[in-house]
Amino acid sequence: MKKVTTLLAAGLAAAVGVANAADSITVVSWGGAYTKSQVEAYHKPWMAATGNTVVSEDYNGGLSEVKAQVEAGNVKWDLVDVELSDAIRGCDEGLLEEINIDDFPAGADGTPAADDFLPGTYTDCAVANIVWSTIYAYDASKMEDGPSTIADFFDTAKFPGKRGLRKNPKANLEMALMADGVAADEVYSVLETEEGIERAFAKLDSIKGDVVWWEAGAQPPQLLADGEVAMTTAYNGRIFNAVASEDKPFEIVWDGQIWDLDLWVMPKGAPNKEAAMDFMKYSTGTEALAAQASWISYGPARKSSSPLVGSFHNKPELEMASHMPTSPDNLKNALQNNFDFWADNQDQLNEQFNAWLAQ
Amino acid sequence: MTSTADVIDDKLLQKRLDKAMFNRRLRAFLLVLPILLFLLVVFIIPIAYFLFQGIYDKTFSSIMPQTTEVLSEWDGTSEPTEEMFAALAADMVLARENKTIGKVATRVNRDKPGSRSLFTSTARKVSKLEAPFKESLPDVKDKWNDIEVWQAMKTASRKFTPGYYAAALDLKLESDGSIVRQDEKRRIHMILMKRTLQISFLVTVFCLMLGYPIAYLLATLPAKTSNLLLILVLLPFWTSILVRTTAWIAMLQAQGVVNDLLVFFGITADDARFSLIYNKLGTLIAMTHILLPFMILPLYSVMKGIPPSYVRAAKSLGATNWTAFWRIYAPQTIPGVGAGAILVFIVAIGYYITPALVGGQEGTMISNTIDGHMRQSLNWNLAAALAGVLMIVVLSLYWLYDRIVGIDNMKLG
Repeated sequence: MKKVTTLLAAGLAAAVGVANAADSITVVSWGGAYTKSQVEAYHKPWMAATGNTVVSEDYNGGLSEVKAQVEAGNVKWDLVDVELSDAIRGCDEGLLEEINIDDFPAGADGTPAADDFLPGTYTDCAVANIVWSTIYAYDASKMEDGPSTIADFFDTAKFPGKRGLRKNPKANLEMALMADGVAADEVYSVLETEEGIERAFAKLDSIKGDVVWWEAGAQPPQLLADGEVAMTTAYNGRIFNAVASEDKPFEIVWDGQIWDLDLWVMPKGAPNKEAAMDFMKYSTGTEALAAQASWISYGPARKSSSPLVGSFHNKPELEMASHMPTSPDNLKNALQNNFDFWADNQDQLNEQFNAWLAQ
Repeated sequence: MTSTADVIDDKLLQKRLDKAMFNRRLRAFLLVLPILLFLLVVFIIPIAYFLFQGIYDKTFSSIMPQTTEVLSEWDGTSEPTEEMFAALAADMVLARENKTIGKVATRVNRDKPGSRSLFTSTARKVSKLEAPFKESLPDVKDKWNDIEVWQAMKTASRKFTPGYYAAALDLKLESDGSIVRQDEKRRIHMILMKRTLQISFLVTVFCLMLGYPIAYLLATLPAKTSNLLLILVLLPFWTSILVRTTAWIAMLQAQGVVNDLLVFFGITADDARFSLIYNKLGTLIAMTHILLPFMILPLYSVMKGIPPSYVRAAKSLGATNWTAFWRIYAPQTIPGVGAGAILVFIVAIGYYITPALVGGQEGTMISNTIDGHMRQSLNWNLAAALAGVLMIVVLSLYWLYDRIVGIDNMKLG
């Protein structure tokens, strides 16, 4: 009996000792298949390598929680996965810790981090991990000669049926203009003008009666699966996962895709700054980014990761490269989301969009 | 020996009585003190503080003090002077260093879309600029010559501002202090406010129509059966709103249970299924179902207390069923109807999860916009103003109710 007690005590002491020595960081991301890909590719190997623990939390995007925590001086989150617009805005408003890209490890081929990351994928406060994209998709089992261009999405005469669109002007206005014949590199200069905005809304107006609006990223694959819509805009990773993991017969149309970044940021005054910074460097390393790409079809932000991208984690026959937004075939008619345009005009366009919806 | 009663004169008695009463009141006060403090700290102060933001915004004036000062002397129409440009440049250098320029940029952008990038990009170069700033600033971005940018800054520099309440009412505060209507394409809040009231009213009416017979049934059946039925009312009440809302999506969507049945029985064609969800109808159905217990429970408790002998007496005196119900029974249920209606209406007016999920483009409410300003646009001032307007509407309806029905007539159970 005594022996057992001693053993127990020793075990307990060891456990407490480990807990004391190791740090625990809180990493916040978008949930679902995306967080799972990060847990598999970043969290687990990092925990194994350092003995630290990662507490994973989900959120729905936006800076409101970060703003509330920083302004109240009670920061709970160590790292947050944000969109580019929030990364830049949070940095401008002093809500985020600054980082130095030169502190990040060089690529596997020896290229310094500053050159290894794709252009524009790091800022004063943030480092990107992935490139994701808004695309549109349809159910191939219900449409034999499916759509192939962005104009087809707006052509309800040729392809009848409901359309799923995000209830937000972002991406919709750009896609409407591209469908109306505006070249990708001119979309934002057209949108800068009053007539350009009118033109985009007029194009959206042509399908307004057929639109089912979605808000959360998990909804579009569900709408497609339920047959609620004939085609829908979506985040490419969500559609890919429905295809790869649930064998759904969905097909992605890359023409007119709008790509964007997800980045790591650290709220100002993060409780475990050092461990979190170590995690940030680890998870944006060549191998971790390449490993993540075997779990979800979001493109790694480092050039050196691309050659290492293999096949889907449990389907060796499913090569990932062609499913990435960054694959050359998929970039033929593509647009990068323009942060500055949206930061300047979001409030006004949101109001206009909502007033248009209410008409 | 004199009796003690003689010694105690009136004054002393009064004093002792006062003291005893005071002690009792103090004890009573001390007993409720914890809950009072609790309410004050976690409820009243935060809400008051938040609502205060609807009229108070010191972002611009605290970060750009020099500019604020010169702008207060500017008439708003004449050409901006070198003094104004210099103050702006000096403030921007500091704001850039303190990483607060983004806040200023966001603030001015609300009054003049497009100003955000103007501020952030200029701030990156401003420390290298030299006088005269009236020339060097427009060299960076010629938009600094646009008088509307300066007018927007003047509007933003007001600490106490009616601007957010104006925006909440689809009006616009101009730099000279006048208030005009918002550009027609951007008028959205009044539409949403009307729609919110309309949906809440309809939900209340539907809840009453459905809830009244159910409550009557519950109150008149034998206890054994009615308890069982009551559980059927309470079970959904205890289920998460999210679960109930998504269950309605499964029921009502185009490929859902209801439409499948309608197609099966040949009531509608397979390619002409009804749109029962992602519109106003979907919001009405789901909200009516979710709020129904709030109507049934007060009604039930009031009906339970109505002695059946009244209706029997009426009938024995020759009243028809309808007269006995309408003249004798119904008036006694008014306190329950009032309580149920006001509960359902007030809960409905602030609803946002259900409309967000099933509302589509015509079934969303003002709370969804408040939520958007809280979480996405981070315009907490406008959110506070919208919430303030909503609160004023609710309070005035409450006042109206008190005048017409009388709040004393309400019985919550």
